[in-house]
Amino acid sequence: MTFQTMLASMSAGMLRSLAIFFLTLIFSLPLGMAVMYLRRSKYKVISGITKIYIAIMRGTPLMLQLLMWYFGPFYLFRWSIRGYRFPAIIIGFSMNYAAYFAEIYRSGYEAIPVGQFEAAEVLGYSRSQTFFKIILPQLVKTILPSITNEIITLVKDTSLAFTLAYNEMFSIAKQIASSQTSFVPFIIAGVFYFVMNYVVAFVMERAEKALAYY
Amino acid sequence: MILEMNNIQKSFKDLKVLRDISIHVDKGEVVSIIGPSGSGKSTLLRCATFLETIDAGEILYMDRAAAKTNEEGKAEYVSHAELQQFKQYFGLVFQQFNLFPHYSVLKNVMDAPVYVLKHSREEAEAQALELLDKMNLKDKAGAYPSQLSGGQQQRVAIARALAMNPDILFFDEPTSALDPELTGEVLKVIRQLADEKMTMVVVTHEMPFARAVSDRVIFMDKGVIVEQGDPEKVFGDPDHERTKQFLRNYQQ
Repeated sequence: MTFQTMLASMSAGMLRSLAIFFLTLIFSLPLGMAVMYLRRSKYKVISGITKIYIAIMRGTPLMLQLLMWYFGPFYLFRWSIRGYRFPAIIIGFSMNYAAYFAEIYRSGYEAIPVGQFEAAEVLGYSRSQTFFKIILPQLVKTILPSITNEIITLVKDTSLAFTLAYNEMFSIAKQIASSQTSFVPFIIAGVFYFVMNYVVAFVMERAEKALAYY
Repeated sequence: MILEMNNIQKSFKDLKVLRDISIHVDKGEVVSIIGPSGSGKSTLLRCATFLETIDAGEILYMDRAAAKTNEEGKAEYVSHAELQQFKQYFGLVFQQFNLFPHYSVLKNVMDAPVYVLKHSREEAEAQALELLDKMNLKDKAGAYPSQLSGGQQQRVAIARALAMNPDILFFDEPTSALDPELTGEVLKVIRQLADEKMTMVVVTHEMPFARAVSDRVIFMDKGVIVEQGDPEKVFGDPDHERTKQFLRNYQQ
């Protein structure tokens, strides 16, 4: 097998890895905000349940959670899980990352001086105006470095989708490596993750600079 | 009557912070509230501006009740939507300025008029620049709060409050977070507003200022109004021993 054919068969996997990556971000970033608000709820039951949720998501392996999301519906309810593989991966990743993002958001949220909320309140801003105009921009600035860390981890975590026998890039790399007894696919995989994260770090650094105007 | 607060009671857990306080402020009046730390004067302002909810009593702006006591003796507020309208009667200047750090000075002043009062951008900007000019800060319109001194920030905060065209302006220890050198420029602005007959309530530790600028001084201690009246009387010849003691401690 030539280098080109290896690359070609792995590129389909790369697209799947990218799909997991972007879909997870699209769902987990806003979901994390919702989780943060539930976590901060003044109702003890709601904040308590959310705390348990976060503890489970952070306290157990993502690999295990993926298995649970995929096979759970079948074992619990005998539902057919045909065609459910990809959704299960996205649900599993999103629910897991939402928990991490929620805690990052919370740290940023609590770092905002209470006077910011009060100033907005006295000026008569509505709740959503206060959030989107006053709080969110300041929140994003404080948490950006932590978010970068998390996104970099996500790039590498996409390989965990192999648990559900999903042919993302790393699964294909392993298959080719064993069938061709070659180490090259792993090097390609390594370069792929490295380049991905290089791009992530570059973009996030630009974002941090863009927010450094105050 | 611009503001009337009757029989206000407020506790934090078991601590009674306001015990049956009543104040009223007429149009054009400048009222100073003085008193030791923990006397409840800041809490009173925070209740007047709805940052704290009262336990019992009445709050009226322009003779309209925003909160009043029900049959069970508990304060009941009007709806959230109505409270939002009440907020247009007043402005508040904080001890810590609380400017929005991610907005330029100009945007700090014109944003609420545009997004809360729905004024046009041109109108709001023109008014904001006029106010900044009045605060001697026109050249800082494009700066960010972190680039300004404390005194400048506080003057921006005053402009921001004035931009909402309030009927009454509250100041919560406006110079307490400032270097002594910078308090003068803020007090000068407040004095100028007093000359223009702006209705104001100022919680302050600046006694000479309170004496010079106020129409009426209120001395509070332990959640009650000990004494109030003409500044010359309260500062020069107070009736109560507690007031005398407080003023003596200040002069030392």
